[in-house]
Amino acid sequence: MDFGFSPIEARTIDFDKMDGRILKYVLQYEPSLLVCLSCGGCTATCSAGNLTDFNIRRIQLMLRRGEVENLQTEINKCMLCGKCLLICPRGVNLRNVVMLIKKALTLYKTENHAI
Amino acid sequence: MQFSDYFYYPFLLGSLYLFAVVAWRFVKWFAGLSKIDKIRVRKGLLTKKTWDSIVESVREGLLHFKMFRVNKLLGYMHMSLAFGWFLLIVVGHVETSLYYHSSFFPFHHSIFFRYYVTEPTDYVGHVFFEYAMEFLLLFVLSGVMLAYFKRFRSKSFGMKKTTRMRYGDHIALTALWLIFPLRFFCETFNAGIYGNGSPFFNGIGQFFASFINLETFKNPLWFSYSLALGVFFVAMPYTRYMHIPAEINFIFLRNWGVKLKKRVNTYTMAEVYSCSRCGVCIDACQLNHAGIKNSQSVYVLKNIRNKNLTDEVLFNCLLCGKCQEVCPVGIDVNDLRITQRIETTLQYNSSYDYLNLKESEAKKTDIVYFAGCMTHLTPAIKQSMLKILKLSGDNFWFMDENKAPCCGRPLMLAGQFDAAQKLIDNNQKLILASGAKTLVVSCPICYKVFKEDYMMPDVDVKMHTEYILNLVEKGRLKLKQSTQTAVYHDPCELGRGSGMYELPRELLKKSVTLKPMENEREKAYCCGGSLANMKISMDERSVISEQAMREFSTYKPDFVVTSCPLCKKTFAKTDILTVKDIAEVVVENLEI
Repeated sequence: MDFGFSPIEARTIDFDKMDGRILKYVLQYEPSLLVCLSCGGCTATCSAGNLTDFNIRRIQLMLRRGEVENLQTEINKCMLCGKCLLICPRGVNLRNVVMLIKKALTLYKTENHAI
Repeated sequence: MQFSDYFYYPFLLGSLYLFAVVAWRFVKWFAGLSKIDKIRVRKGLLTKKTWDSIVESVREGLLHFKMFRVNKLLGYMHMSLAFGWFLLIVVGHVETSLYYHSSFFPFHHSIFFRYYVTEPTDYVGHVFFEYAMEFLLLFVLSGVMLAYFKRFRSKSFGMKKTTRMRYGDHIALTALWLIFPLRFFCETFNAGIYGNGSPFFNGIGQFFASFINLETFKNPLWFSYSLALGVFFVAMPYTRYMHIPAEINFIFLRNWGVKLKKRVNTYTMAEVYSCSRCGVCIDACQLNHAGIKNSQSVYVLKNIRNKNLTDEVLFNCLLCGKCQEVCPVGIDVNDLRITQRIETTLQYNSSYDYLNLKESEAKKTDIVYFAGCMTHLTPAIKQSMLKILKLSGDNFWFMDENKAPCCGRPLMLAGQFDAAQKLIDNNQKLILASGAKTLVVSCPICYKVFKEDYMMPDVDVKMHTEYILNLVEKGRLKLKQSTQTAVYHDPCELGRGSGMYELPRELLKKSVTLKPMENEREKAYCCGGSLANMKISMDERSVISEQAMREFSTYKPDFVVTSCPLCKKTFAKTDILTVKDIAEVVVENLEI
């Protein structure tokens, strides 16, 4: 069917190809991530975000969309200082989320899956 | 084969087995220590440390002074069992040597002395020994009775909760509970038959004889006694009772200066096996109030020992150090937990390649001020500190004014040691390049890591309290006495973590009236905001901080003072009392 327009390939999120393992792992141990409303308070206060382009809010989005290619390099920028915890209006335990992502990345890597 | 030829076998085999296992473990633990630790042990052998260890072993292993401090009844129970049993063995041995006129006799003869020696004898002081041994047995029995009682009513021993036990623990506990009552029956029955006890035991024997045939029960009783001992000894290495030999070993190693060096080694095992699972740490833990019941130190130690420690348990701890303060064995639980965390997260550390701050960015100065992430989140503290620094007239550089890397402590608490080291190297480079002699921090979390993990021998790390107090004492800042009252909350990292209790109080007394509290200094609460706990939810955190704040409010202070921005932030959320940092109080009461 021709709508006269088509999606831009680069910005498409294909949910059929989504890698949800890390998200599943994180939510299993830290369900509080579910209540995140992506307000971006965490990113605004972030110590690592002050030094780099690290964006913890975007990581949360990446995780939900299954875009895990750059997750490793991104998540390693976090310094775990904990300011995001104190800012978060929804009480998301972000430090644990970060540690769980780090762990999940190693867990699934050792299972011979390319992430 | 006669009964007397074999009835002692369970005891003999059990004790030989126990000896072999314990010796094997001690050798294994020692062999696994690092080279430096082995040198420490060798150098410490002939010093006062060894004597101190002997004294401590007697005081804590036998007399249980620290247990008495927790609760008198609990202390008596432990003391009567441990010290009483020890004396029974020693006095029994002396008695037997006197009887045989030699110290060389079959090992089990002193344990079953009354079985072997039935006819009246006249070795030196036999009357004294009869009375002494019976008194000691009754002394131990009183402890056993208290132990029965404690199972049903642990509250009267000052303990709200006791440790949950494992299957093997039940076997060992049952055997232990049976040993002394069985010995009592053996000896009274023998006294009833042969009259070889004191008039008291003879009397009890006669009493039993009035309704049962003592001869029929005598041998089965002695065999059961031997069996109970044997079962207890065999079960000991696999249950919590392993703490009896392990604790002594641990006291010596600790006093000789053996330490964990951020990695797990056999010293971990020496520590873990020394835990008696007395459960004193459970009551000290604030997580109880938040309904977390499986991550108290005793359970973590148990999990390490059974190799079933999960991240959920390991990381669910505030590392406030309250349990460490009350631990009767003196295990460094926080250190143990952090090393476990380092070990489990070894696979995923960060490199922080983006931290390429150049040394040229450092400003030449006398004093470096490092606010830290948490102070940046509490602008009132930051402003107060800047005001004080400006008023002091010192030449200072606000290191993390714009670009603010973390100090590394939160990573350290999460077990990310290698990652933390990267941050430490980076910050250290800058501080050293500034040529400063003093580093002032306004956050105890930073303070601890700067003090312990940074290699800056020429830089004097000062908590803001220390720095301000110094200014006041030198007359460079003047404070006026206000009419306000306050309570001081000891932050975990500063109080129990770094041992700084008095300086903040000294400074505060210059401007406000401090009200003393019951739970302060070593017994201070954790605010609940601790970064060490990765698992606790925000709701659970607020339960803990509210509990502390409620108690503060019973003292009716005008406000709560703390010296940690994280404590301030966490307490402020509860909205029960006003919370201020010590720097704010100083600025409010400045006389300019």
